[in-house]
Amino acid sequence: MITTPLLSILRARAKQKYRTLPYPKGNPPPLSDRFLGKPLITSTSCPMDCFLCVTSCPVGAIQKEEALHLDMGGCLFCGACVEACPKGTICFSKDFQLATRDRESLVIRQNKTNVPSPLWTDVSRKFRRSFKLRQVSAGGCNACEADCNVLSTIAWDMGRFGVQFVASPRHADGILVTGPVTENMKVALEKTYKAVPSPKVVIAVGSCAISGGPYKDHPEQKNGVSSLLPVDLFIPGCPPHPLTILEGLLRFLDQI
Amino acid sequence: MRNGESIALKAIPNSEFPRFKTVLKDAVSTGNRILGLWAVPSDSEYAIYCAILYPTTQRVEVWRSTVDKTYPSLTPEIPCLHWFERDLAERFGMIPDGHPWLKPVRFYQGEAGKGDFFRVNGEDVHEVAVGPVHAGVIEPGHFRFQCHGEKVFHLEIALGYQHRGVERALTGGPNERSIHYAETLAGDTTIGHAIAYSLLIESLSGRKPSLHSEWIRAISLELERLANHIGDIGALSGDIGFLPTQSYCGRIRGDVLNLTALICGNRFGRNLVRPGGVRYNLEKERLDTLRRRLREIENDTVSAVEIFFETPSVRARLEGTGIVPTHIAIELGLVGVAARASGIPIDARKDLPWGYFLNQCPSVGIYPTGDCYGRAYVRWLEIQESFRFLHRITETISEEIPGNETAPTYNAGIRTESFLSPESLGIGVTEGWRGEIFHVAATDQAGRFAWYRVFDPSFHNWFGLAYAMRGGEISDFPLCNKSFNLSYCGHDL
Repeated sequence: MITTPLLSILRARAKQKYRTLPYPKGNPPPLSDRFLGKPLITSTSCPMDCFLCVTSCPVGAIQKEEALHLDMGGCLFCGACVEACPKGTICFSKDFQLATRDRESLVIRQNKTNVPSPLWTDVSRKFRRSFKLRQVSAGGCNACEADCNVLSTIAWDMGRFGVQFVASPRHADGILVTGPVTENMKVALEKTYKAVPSPKVVIAVGSCAISGGPYKDHPEQKNGVSSLLPVDLFIPGCPPHPLTILEGLLRFLDQI
Repeated sequence: MRNGESIALKAIPNSEFPRFKTVLKDAVSTGNRILGLWAVPSDSEYAIYCAILYPTTQRVEVWRSTVDKTYPSLTPEIPCLHWFERDLAERFGMIPDGHPWLKPVRFYQGEAGKGDFFRVNGEDVHEVAVGPVHAGVIEPGHFRFQCHGEKVFHLEIALGYQHRGVERALTGGPNERSIHYAETLAGDTTIGHAIAYSLLIESLSGRKPSLHSEWIRAISLELERLANHIGDIGALSGDIGFLPTQSYCGRIRGDVLNLTALICGNRFGRNLVRPGGVRYNLEKERLDTLRRRLREIENDTVSAVEIFFETPSVRARLEGTGIVPTHIAIELGLVGVAARASGIPIDARKDLPWGYFLNQCPSVGIYPTGDCYGRAYVRWLEIQESFRFLHRITETISEEIPGNETAPTYNAGIRTESFLSPESLGIGVTEGWRGEIFHVAATDQAGRFAWYRVFDPSFHNWFGLAYAMRGGEISDFPLCNKSFNLSYCGHDL
């Protein structure tokens, strides 16, 4: 058998097949049955003096004032609240469409159904067919970065929507920030933002970039991007599933 | 101590400093290695601790001494301690007298990238500065090259941009957040760090996980190794410009992450490992799905990676690039893939086994060259071995468990109650995909963490990357960097 590299490469090519996901024209890829998507508050019947879910949350994302509400922007999607609640008031759905345009919409309230709303703005629509992003990693744990990277692989192939990560802020239409913004990254983030030509957008990916995540209120960081820059798109998760990031970007660009 | 054991703080004898130094020096010179060196300040003195791993007996010894603020540096005689001593100096203002290059490692005050850089002067010598914001989607770090044309005389790596105060925040725990800190020490090593943290908690609480949860932990740890190694070979391939393997491996890595998600819902293994056990069960049906998909992934991986190592231009690019010779790797105290690629057969799964690895340990793949080829090839050996290991362990489990085995869940109370033995020192060591992970902590009178220290493999290895670049070409850097693929956040903490 001839084993020149070229033939092996061609054989491997045939074996590996065409693997780009059909989404968004076709179905999204199947998610694990244990996947924790959008949190839901299902009933209004929890006793007023019960705070089990509130105290179980590692980052204080659940508040109970007059009514119960859960901040997806802080949520680590760990499910501790579900375990703590004896009544099953909080549950996590399989809904992966989590992105929002404003911070307030990340807060899940009782009895409120959140249908994914359009996310585009006049500015974001300008980038509808070509959207170049400079990614800035500003603290955090590298999981959000990894799931952004995944979007450039052949399975997700973000390039087919005209979306691409670029090497220089000068070539970018906006920045995609991950991490809580550490003291040590503050200047670099500001400089990168300034280097992007206007009009420009800022996207916060992951609970760190939105609220500080597990590092919330540490003096070594800034509790997220909003403390420094105006954020145009919030994509929550710890880390968000690649599908959540892609869906958010496409909705932001008015492509779905 | 064995892995996952604790010891009363009082039981650690205080040695005179010269004796402390001799013990360390002898240990290192006889093929043992240093897991970590750290200090605890008290009044005007400092208690300095060192944990030494003795692979032949599979034991850890913790040595302790007391020093003043200024003390004679250990680095000139034990070079692998250089980074640790810089860390001591930065944290506590200690002065290791005679340290060759004393400079902060993390820059706690938001001053990262400042300070003196080693500088080469002369005609045509120039400096190249890269980062903290890089061209790719990666973490922040700053690299300063001293170059003559294409040739690199010296590379200095400045880190600290990812410092977010995790060790400080762990003090006073454990509490609701502690496990999340462990899981995000390095996001790509969620399982590795979460197991190390759990071993430590279990060592101090005496609650051991069931055999069934040890199985699940071992499976998830090897899946994490597979995903990252496959991703790394793809990334190396991309830096060489060999696109087939890059494309295939990028996708296959995702398939492996989805197997982890099959077990716990999260691709990185978040919320799976908890002190005392695991949070999700691996039932018969799920196990069968996992086995079936693992076979498919293995087939795809073999086809994707074989063409990589078969192609002469790929080999030519890797061979001889970024060499770290064996004796240098030992001197610098490299661990994990980087050490094994320099011919050093170390692996915490065999040297300090825990859990399932006490029964069965994957064989350790080494390669003698210390170059990028070695680091790529060791990854390939480990990928194959992890597949074999996973096939074996999943076969064993499916024979041994009835279909309705209940979940070996952790006790929810374990996070919040004060239950750890007071005034004790506990350790947890695992072999993450990058290398050995060491967690060590001591409790106060109330059984809370008085201090908590984490040593990610990257802490040992960053200087290895700087060394590998010496005398190389600046265009070798992406390849060398990827061949080490170290963690910034795991280092900066």
